Amino acid sequence: MTDVSARTPFRFFGCIELREILGYRAWDERELMELLEQVPPGAVYYHTHSVFLRHHQVTGAYPNDFANWVASQVRDQVLGERLAIVDPFEFQDLERLREELVSTIDDHISTLHPVPRVVFGDPFFFVQSHVVSVPLGLSAPTLAEFARYLHDVDASSIYFHTLEARVRRGNRHGDFAQWVETALGLPALAEAIAHINPYLGGLERIRAEMLRLIQPVLSEATDAQ
Amino acid sequence: MPNNAPTIEAYRRVAPRGAVDFLLRLSEQVRGRRFLHVNSTRLGGGVAEILSRLVPIMNDLGIKTEWDVIDGDPEFFATTKAFHNALQGTGQVITEAMLHHYVEMNRAAATRLRLEGDLVMIHDPQPAPLIEARRTDGKWVWRCHIDLSAPQRRIWSFLRQWVVRYDAALFSLPAFAQRLPIPQFLVHPSIDPLSEKNRSLSRKDIQRSLDRLGIPTDKPILLQVSRFDRFKDPVGVINAYRVVRRYHDVRLVLAGGGATDDPEGALVLAEVREAAGRDPDIIVLDLPPDAHRQINALQRAAAIVIQKSTREGFGLTVAEAMWKGKPVIGGATGGITSQILYGVTGDTVNSVEGAAYRVRYLLSNPDLMRRMGEAGREHVRQNFLITRHLRDYLTILVHLTS
Repeated sequence: MTDVSARTPFRFFGCIELREILGYRAWDERELMELLEQVPPGAVYYHTHSVFLRHHQVTGAYPNDFANWVASQVRDQVLGERLAIVDPFEFQDLERLREELVSTIDDHISTLHPVPRVVFGDPFFFVQSHVVSVPLGLSAPTLAEFARYLHDVDASSIYFHTLEARVRRGNRHGDFAQWVETALGLPALAEAIAHINPYLGGLERIRAEMLRLIQPVLSEATDAQ
Repeated sequence: MPNNAPTIEAYRRVAPRGAVDFLLRLSEQVRGRRFLHVNSTRLGGGVAEILSRLVPIMNDLGIKTEWDVIDGDPEFFATTKAFHNALQGTGQVITEAMLHHYVEMNRAAATRLRLEGDLVMIHDPQPAPLIEARRTDGKWVWRCHIDLSAPQRRIWSFLRQWVVRYDAALFSLPAFAQRLPIPQFLVHPSIDPLSEKNRSLSRKDIQRSLDRLGIPTDKPILLQVSRFDRFKDPVGVINAYRVVRRYHDVRLVLAGGGATDDPEGALVLAEVREAAGRDPDIIVLDLPPDAHRQINALQRAAAIVIQKSTREGFGLTVAEAMWKGKPVIGGATGGITSQILYGVTGDTVNSVEGAAYRVRYLLSNPDLMRRMGEAGREHVRQNFLITRHLRDYLTILVHLTS
């Protein structure tokens, strides 16, 4: 199989999350909303994004902690569903995402008396995320090499170069898509990679989807020889 | 390093893809730093078990890791046992003299121990006052392994005077965190997939262990492994089994220990035996603390593992069972809810009826049992193996000492 060479190699980083317990607990949906307004952005991030670092596949009923808590502990399925449909992929930053979540809860509880609360379940514990990056010593000078590393790399690397890059480091399309566009000069592939929504399947889906997208490009390069 | 000490490379075949390489890279950031662990025993209990595996691997990764223990007399350990119970919410009588002795024993230990390191991790309440002896520039963290969700206030206030002097505290669940002026981090406990309790066993090994324990394998086994303790609700498990028996021909095995040296354990064991009556399909096993292989074999032979606790610290028997590919029905409490992915790796329940219904449903759906078992093993591989624990400790080392 022939390859596509890059102007600069792709350097893989992994990451690990240190989880800080903030000591805030919500027992009902109003408390959840009020605390969500106050907590540091790292807590909004933890409960909406880094859930994928803990579960590489989407395994719970919903893809964020707020939706899962109101559905399973408060047993308010309607708010669970309304919070689950909030797609973090659509928001440029955590503050806008926070606003959307707060207004969704506010709108829901404004018509409810009393506000739904935990009766038998656990309260919601706010946790904040600190992400530590780790260079993995893997450097891919070509697309084929990149695919080979991508196949085996620690899942935290996929997280770091997609979600962490997008949300915390301001790289709108993620590191993978950016490198494919600027270093390999493959804008169509870059766009396809940028459009993989991690919130609909988790890190392993991103890995599988990227490998699926790269394969025909490599085959095409072979045919062109 | 002892000959049988594990090396990081040994975990490559069981850890998640890329995890060992990741640990090697992460450890480069802190190679050569000194990491001291202090707890109260080298033998027995979950803390000693995990340290005996973690410390050699950390040294293998280039972190100069040492493990020391605080000495104590019987009075000291009687006091710390009472502390343990009080902090886990059971009423205890602890006198001023006991508290004084606890502090004095710690002060004496501080003169004997070399309490130095870039990171000093003090495990559990027994050695917590050692922070008074802090002399060097290193960071100190207090690692709490016990359930602090509803502590007896007087004892927690007493202990808190030392905890607040640490640079950080580590808890196993958010529910155990307290109001403290220091950062509190979350670190789940873990299981070691290469230990005697969790390593793979051949069918022959499993059969041999079951034969020795007198467990026939002619019908599906429902298993609960836990100390004979009312919070583990063994009688509730028997009642759930009796409901299941109306629909499925199964055998219940209740395997535990701790009854010989714990008067309450002996009482609960007697209650369990009475509840079991003369049913030949209920087998109650009082195992010694080192029956790791037997427990391993029982978990591997079981069709469904139950952990029907009404109160639980973390409950690592759940992770142990999931690692062996078993669906787990657990009480909706403590760390059990953090380990079981509801409907994916098993189910959490709130009553005898709930447990009975879930067991019955699973026995009627063997494909679902198999899928849950597979999902559980992967869930543990990602989240509850010692390799993840190492990651967490190395990250604390990076975060606090960089």
